[in-house]
Amino acid sequence: MIAYLVRRILYAIPILIGVNLLTFALFFVVNTPDDMARMQLGIKRVTPEAIDRWKQQRGYDKPLFLNTGTGSAGTFTDTIFWQKSASMFVFDFGYSDDGRSISREIATRMGPSLAIALPTFLIGLVVYVSFALLMTLFRATALDLAGVALCVLLMSISGLFYIIGGQFLVSKLWHLVPISGYAGGADSLKFVVLPILIGVVGGIGSSSRWYRTIFLDEIGKDYVRTARAKGLSELRVLFTHVLKNALIPILTGVVVVIPLLFMGSLLTESFFGIPGLGSYTIDAINAQDFSVVRAMVFLGSVLYIAGLILTDVSYTVVDPRVRLR
Amino acid sequence: MKSLLLLLSLLLLTACDGALWNSPYSSDDDGKSILYTAFTERPKHLDPAQAYSENEYEFLAHIYSPPLQYHYLKRPYQLVPLAARDMPRVSYFDQNHKPLPLTAPDARIAYSVYEIRIKPYMRYQPHPALVPANLYLKESDLAGVYSLTDIAAVGTRTVSAEDYAYQIKRLVHPRLHTPIAGVMMEYIVGLKDYAESLQAAHKAQPDAFLDLNAFPLSGVEVVNATTYRITIKGKYPQFAYWLAMPFFSPMPQEAERFYDQPGMKARNLTLDWWPIGSGPYYFSENDPNRRMVLSKNPYYDSERYPVEGEPGDAEAGLLQDAGKPLPLIEQIVYTLEKETIPYWNKFLQGYYDASGISSDSFDQAVQVSVGGEANVSDAMQAQGISLNTAVSTSTMYTGFNWLDPVVGGDSARATKLRRAIAIAVDFEEFISIFANGRGIAAQSPIPPGIFGYRNGCDGINRYVYDCVSGEAKRKPIAEAQKLLAQAGYPGGVDAQTGQPLVIHLDTTANGVGNKSRLDWIRKQFDKIGVQLDVRSTDYNRFQDKVRRGDTQMFYYGWNADYPDPENFFFLLHGPQGKVKYSGENASNYDSPEYDRLFERMKNMENGPERQAIIDRMLEILRRDSPWLWGFHPKSYVLQHGWLHNIKPNIMANNRLKYWRVDPVQRERMRHEWNRPAYWPLVLGSGLLVLFGWWMRRVLRMREQAN
Repeated sequence: MIAYLVRRILYAIPILIGVNLLTFALFFVVNTPDDMARMQLGIKRVTPEAIDRWKQQRGYDKPLFLNTGTGSAGTFTDTIFWQKSASMFVFDFGYSDDGRSISREIATRMGPSLAIALPTFLIGLVVYVSFALLMTLFRATALDLAGVALCVLLMSISGLFYIIGGQFLVSKLWHLVPISGYAGGADSLKFVVLPILIGVVGGIGSSSRWYRTIFLDEIGKDYVRTARAKGLSELRVLFTHVLKNALIPILTGVVVVIPLLFMGSLLTESFFGIPGLGSYTIDAINAQDFSVVRAMVFLGSVLYIAGLILTDVSYTVVDPRVRLR
Repeated sequence: MKSLLLLLSLLLLTACDGALWNSPYSSDDDGKSILYTAFTERPKHLDPAQAYSENEYEFLAHIYSPPLQYHYLKRPYQLVPLAARDMPRVSYFDQNHKPLPLTAPDARIAYSVYEIRIKPYMRYQPHPALVPANLYLKESDLAGVYSLTDIAAVGTRTVSAEDYAYQIKRLVHPRLHTPIAGVMMEYIVGLKDYAESLQAAHKAQPDAFLDLNAFPLSGVEVVNATTYRITIKGKYPQFAYWLAMPFFSPMPQEAERFYDQPGMKARNLTLDWWPIGSGPYYFSENDPNRRMVLSKNPYYDSERYPVEGEPGDAEAGLLQDAGKPLPLIEQIVYTLEKETIPYWNKFLQGYYDASGISSDSFDQAVQVSVGGEANVSDAMQAQGISLNTAVSTSTMYTGFNWLDPVVGGDSARATKLRRAIAIAVDFEEFISIFANGRGIAAQSPIPPGIFGYRNGCDGINRYVYDCVSGEAKRKPIAEAQKLLAQAGYPGGVDAQTGQPLVIHLDTTANGVGNKSRLDWIRKQFDKIGVQLDVRSTDYNRFQDKVRRGDTQMFYYGWNADYPDPENFFFLLHGPQGKVKYSGENASNYDSPEYDRLFERMKNMENGPERQAIIDRMLEILRRDSPWLWGFHPKSYVLQHGWLHNIKPNIMANNRLKYWRVDPVQRERMRHEWNRPAYWPLVLGSGLLVLFGWWMRRVLRMREQAN
């Protein structure tokens, strides 16, 4: 297994270089260093000299990919691409265009993002699987039909509606939790309850329907019939046999997103005033802050690759037949 | 199930301690003199040499103490001393540095010297940079330090004239971008040479600490601990306005040395994020991602609430705190609130003390009387909320590119075309539809409250409006059609080519949200048969087009730096042309007659002579119509009944120090408005219990059936 993991990690390097190259190319097709300088300096009383100085101070005065004016190595290394990319492979993200340490920002914002994303993920998983099992248990009955109809209804509603509706009902009308905001430590509890609740409710429709389909696929198989023939109760059949055997497709979708929980949610964080990584990314895109954008894309890619490797490893845990070589 | 009931009981018990469940603040702060407000975007800069935006000044104006400020109550806006003991003493000198009388003609004045005497014994906020030992920290000393408040040892010292001089030097620091560096180098004697010296020193040793005092600056002289002089080239009365901005605040050199130490920047400990001021407040918490807290500077004792204001201020209760030491509020808590809906709802719940009004909430908040007067709605009134309005010292205009062969230039054909468009585009309608009536149609670039603005018929743009019963009435559309025909485009068709006239409007507005506005502007052009092609683009491309002069018409706006007509007229000054000189004249308007008058007007004191020149300049502008004058937005601010001493002051950013809150009343109202509803919890739990019971029963029955 170790050889497999090493191989996967080595495969990740060219993928990350590719992602970085693509981000760089896409960003600079849309924005020039001059645009970035103007965005930072504003539009009032900005002189061409000030723009040149801004670019020079941040290393954006160099050529993008090839510097033909320097020596052999410098042709590649004395460029914006090299100087902004190489350090990321040792997780040195440098500074944002407004002069703040990106690593420090990521470290600070990861906590609030996780405070929402992790409970939403865990509670959600339990709720979705339970609801799907319930529908499976009562399959082909009015309860199952009502459950599916409810799922379709929940899937049809926009995520923004859940947020605004939830804020209106729970915070504005019933005064049970603050509408928005965040605090550190134990005080965070009252701020995260509503986003978590909304996150869980918002995901019931799609996830439960998907899990129900997986469980229904399993429930018609021979081993289930055998289990029933042995006299096991329906609950035992579902929880001990069906759930275990349905774990592989569930894990495929679930484990891969675990590392991405760090990246936060753009919409939820914005509406609830959560100072997480989701809002950091969207702010950076709006401010045309390439340093932050590339760092977040790079981090997202690393986490995604980590998620895929974790998924592979998790297969070996739930299915002893799977071997990673 | 038992644990669920236990949790529910615990929650209900918590409710009995009197704390509000939906309060976003700690109950420890209940009853304290704290102002709760919000910021929608984190500031980019908090270094007084770099900051220039309104959202940055919102903080800096309370932290730093420049020599002058705007009187809080008096109108028109009037400069008064802040850190200065009195208004700067200005003396004039000729080319040979010989003194001139104050009445000397402008042409003879080669230099103006501003002598500024600051108040003695003003002290800085508590700050680690003012503890000498903290100037010799090693990186290892900063282990576990991630905020300035993590450094325990703090100190203070007296503000000196040297600190004011030091900050002026910082305006041209090679590592900083000061937006006004160009303007100041033009005026402050020796600043340009000084900047070049600094550049050379920085280039030689880019990573070394740059000692600004090691280089001479001839135009700034420190006379003694409380007096300094600034020498300006020629006469520049607007210089006094700059002295009211944070650019001219005091800066102790220790601060730069402190933040230049190793390990500081990696911890986000920079002067750009942790200011050091001598103003009424200082940052006791600075998390721009969530919350920023200004606490009262314990050493600030140099200012009192004004004892006089405008007529009516005393009756409005604005002089109740006259003579009391400022600031009146102990702490200001700013919370990051990016979305308008949560902001508005928290205001209604009493968790913000004041709020603007978004378009979504306008009808809920404001009702407009038959006479056009805006008042709060009955629902707001019942909550004790009141409304303050003020016309901003801003102008939102649509520029014509003077370099464009169709709409630009001073030919009769182009001028008539621009005037026809000016009549057709009905900004009164625009304000009514898209701004909920929050604005006034502009008659010129000068907004109300600025010297040169005239009320009544005298202030009306006669090329677009008629004066009817003292009010401006837009000319009929037939007038525009007539002008269009005279311009050679009868019915919107070019008489020479027979082709329909198509005008291009460049804008950053796009998407569904802006469709109605763009449709509206097209309809305005339809009224005279001219086709409008809206070229929506992104911000970067738009700016690029304006810079290159590759536009015909474009939307733009300007917020005043200071309340002087020069700050608006320079937007149309030829040598400020965007394409030729990278200046602020985005429409590249060029009129030698106007430029000549501008040069005369800009340095004059306000008075009848200046007004006469302004009238002539306005006449030229209205005749030439280089802009559709657009509108001056009105700001609407709602405030709760527990907030006192509120008077809109568009120019003063340091107004919060005058405000007062009644925390007892606020607490009472918050409790009245935010009683938690327990029934959803009880009902939800009951339903869950019921469902569980039913499930168990059904499962048991199914098992038994099998």
